[in-house]
Amino acid sequence: MGSIDLTLIWAGIIGFAVMAYVVLDGFDLGIGILFPTLAVGDERDQAMNSIAPVWDGNETWLVMGGGGLLAVFPLAYAIILPATYPLIIAMLLGLIFRGVAFEFRWRHPRHRPLWDFAFSLGSLVAAFAQGVTLGAILQGIPVENGAYAGGWLNWLSPFSMLTGVAVVIGYALLGATWLIWKTEGTNQSHARRAAFWLGIGTLVALAAVSAATPFLSYDYWRRWFAMPGVLLTAQVPLLVVICAATFFWSLRARSERLPFLIALALFLLSFVGLGISVYPYAVPRAVTIWDAAAPPQSQFFLLVGTLIIIPLILAYTSWAYWVFRGKAGRTGYH
Amino acid sequence: MLPEILDPVTLSRAQFAFTVSIHFIFPAFSIGLASYLMVLEGLWLATGRDVYAHLFRYWLKIFAVVFGMGVVSGIVMSYQFGTNWSVFSNRAGPIIGPLMAYEVLTAFFLEAGFLGVMLFGMTKVGKGLHFFATCMVALGTLISATWIIAVNSWMQTPAGFAINDKGQFVPAGSWLPIIFTASFPYRLVHTVIAAYLTTALVVGGVGAWHLLRDRTNPGARKMFSMAMWMVAIVTPIQILAGDAHGLNTLEHQPAKVLAMEGDFEPSPNGAPLVLFGLPSNEAARVRYAWSVPHIGSLILKHDPYAPLQGLKDFPQDQWPPVAIVFWSFRIMVGLAIAMFGLGLWSLLARLRGRLFDWPWLHRAAILMGPAGFVAVIAGWVTTEVGRQPFTIYGLMRTADSHSPIAAPAVAASLIAFILVYFAVFGAGTYYLLRLMSKPPGPGEEEPARMPLRATGITPAAGVISDPMVSE
Ligand code: HDD
Ligand code: HEM
Ligand code: HEM
Repeated sequence: MGSIDLTLIWAGIIGFAVMAYVVLDGFDLGIGILFPTLAVGDERDQAMNSIAPVWDGNETWLVMGGGGLLAVFPLAYAIILPATYPLIIAMLLGLIFRGVAFEFRWRHPRHRPLWDFAFSLGSLVAAFAQGVTLGAILQGIPVENGAYAGGWLNWLSPFSMLTGVAVVIGYALLGATWLIWKTEGTNQSHARRAAFWLGIGTLVALAAVSAATPFLSYDYWRRWFAMPGVLLTAQVPLLVVICAATFFWSLRARSERLPFLIALALFLLSFVGLGISVYPYAVPRAVTIWDAAAPPQSQFFLLVGTLIIIPLILAYTSWAYWVFRGKAGRTGYH
Repeated sequence: MLPEILDPVTLSRAQFAFTVSIHFIFPAFSIGLASYLMVLEGLWLATGRDVYAHLFRYWLKIFAVVFGMGVVSGIVMSYQFGTNWSVFSNRAGPIIGPLMAYEVLTAFFLEAGFLGVMLFGMTKVGKGLHFFATCMVALGTLISATWIIAVNSWMQTPAGFAINDKGQFVPAGSWLPIIFTASFPYRLVHTVIAAYLTTALVVGGVGAWHLLRDRTNPGARKMFSMAMWMVAIVTPIQILAGDAHGLNTLEHQPAKVLAMEGDFEPSPNGAPLVLFGLPSNEAARVRYAWSVPHIGSLILKHDPYAPLQGLKDFPQDQWPPVAIVFWSFRIMVGLAIAMFGLGLWSLLARLRGRLFDWPWLHRAAILMGPAGFVAVIAGWVTTEVGRQPFTIYGLMRTADSHSPIAAPAVAASLIAFILVYFAVFGAGTYYLLRLMSKPPGPGEEEPARMPLRATGITPAAGVISDPMVSE
């Protein structure tokens, strides 16, 4: 009994870490995706400055998600990563290019265009690879005897390409709304225009992925559409519609923060939707969270520290965001 | 079908060795540099002397570049356990996973959370808070080292585990024996000192370079003097730590030490010290050996006539690749002796009052600038290759640890890593050298993106001299 509770708690914590990663690194990857559309000079510098002090912390959630998975669901870690090998490698290489660009682009004036290009391409590749990985996990991974049992291109499918594109558009939306918040003038108005189109794109992508997911396997179908569960699951699309309406209204009302917050809410809802689809699997339809769980001693040992330290992390991370509050690239802050 | 070298295990080993070796170059520098920055900022706050502020800013820019490269190469490491060593990950995950997760929770978040303030926050928060951020970043690097070394040491000298019905290594009871394994204290001390020495040598090399151009530059004098104190004091400590480490390894991983020494034959009457030679696993002997009788036992047993085992006391399928271990160990020790020499020379120069105007000393310090990196990598190669053919020493073989992925996928990723690492980290090294080639001085601004309009940490620093600053 004790161990069952622990495993559920851990599924929640890992879910939280992944969610934190997606929205936090989502907006700074999104800025990378939007970078080619920003004017060289002030506009790009401001966009970069708005994330330079925080991107490293944002990316640490990715390490937390991976490390947490290894610690408490080692079997899932050991199946998913080989199954998506080329995607993970592509993501890591993309993150290298964009990560170093933050420093390198300031180090030599003539090399700056090169690192700006590396920044956008790296962000795009990382975002796309993450989206495709998501699709690959949702569509199911062949497992035999507790190990991955497919080839190295099993992840490739129209559905995973669709989720890849969806994540790229979604991250770009987060990036654009972040820029509305953190910049002013022409930069802000560009971001607002981009956010409008990206909002539409995100909703279309969300609809397409949602429409496709229930057909991937019978389980997902039943989960979403059978009574009485549908009474609960129907709330998710409903909330998405409300969010969408608020989003476009907030853009028209020239609100500075609301668009970003609504974009976050959209991500949160999609995430809840995914949770409904996937639960209780760690590797969909092959390995449940209980099959994948590390022994209770391991889960408990890490849980104690996690419950104490995560609130501390949230506290000093919020402090760091607060230190860099206000508009980027204006008074003093660079 | 494929030649043996192209099987997925060998390719994955090459990939892990390549990526982790490049990764560790950055922590080796950033652990030391973070502490150095903390000292510089602390001295500046305590004395108010400008030279410390200038040096702080000078090395801060360099730190930012090094740290960024450490982060991106480190993220690769944490995912490679799953991509390439999935069987190992599944079996050892319940033990090493929580330790690495604690590293993320206690170290990586701490570093990342305060890094932004350390790099960009000088004008945003007060001096005290800024110093606090610097201290937290330095502390984070040390905590990080502690956890990851605990993981590595458990793989070297596993303890405190049981094996469950799924074949996984699981904690047998308390976590303390898992964290504090037999080799952990030695490895932690030796590695952290190595990072400090590596940094001191780089700082000393840069200081020496600028002294050769202008021996009156106060920043160059200060950094050279600080670095040479460090080298002179810490190298002997490192040699003692290394000696103790070796004795401990002899107790727990004797085959590794015998490989380092090139001792194939048992020596019942005391082992010789093989200085140089060409060891061969196949021939089971060291060709063209130059050796000194009894010194091997003197070093390892502190008694010239004490008997010592030979590799032949162990089954041959448990020998590490002797030649690599033998040579990497000699590279490390040889560089240690050179560092010791540099330290002595600097003491002599100090005594004679010639620390800042002895060009040959400065040239030697420049030559030794990169020596720490080489020694550190050589040390890790000794440790890791010496652990072969096991991933978990004596318990789990490397050949049984890898993922079910096809060789072409691993070959492609290995090539991609090599190309990207050389391009990206090559460019990074070029930028670092460019930064280091500028003399330290009052013109030091914050990292370029921070035009300090009105306030800097000193009035002089408020001047924007960098053409890169936009706006
Ligand atoms: C002795 C210390 C040491 C050793 C043996 C290693 N590292 Fe490391 N690592 C550090 C010391 C360090 C550091 C000093 O803490 C770094 C350098 C830059 C940084 O951000 O932290 C770092 C960065 C770093 C990061 C990025 C953290 C971030 O996002 O801020 C990851 C994920 C890893 N490492 C993972 C590993 C793994 C899986 C290793 C084992 C093969 C490894 N490191 C060896
Ligand atoms: C950071 C410094 C490190 C360096 C430079 C280093 C170096 C190496 C080298 C050269 C190899 C290849 C050995 C061979 O195949 O012959 C290797 C393998 C490996 N090391 Fe390390 N290592 C480091 C730290 C670590 C740490 C901290 C861990 C554990 C957390 C670790 C785990 C492994 C594993 C799993 C392999 C692959 C399997 C194997 O070949 O044994 N290494 N490393
Ligand atoms: C005469 C001086 C030295 C001796 C006798 C010595 C001894 C050793 C030994 C025996 C090991 C392997 C331990 C094991 O695998 O269990 C080792 C590893 C290592 N050495 Fe040294 N060492 C010396 C100098 C240095 C110097 C100068 C540096 C770097 C500046 C250095 C850096 C390292 C590192 C990073 C490792 C790998 C981590 C570890 O296992 O501690 N060593 N050393």
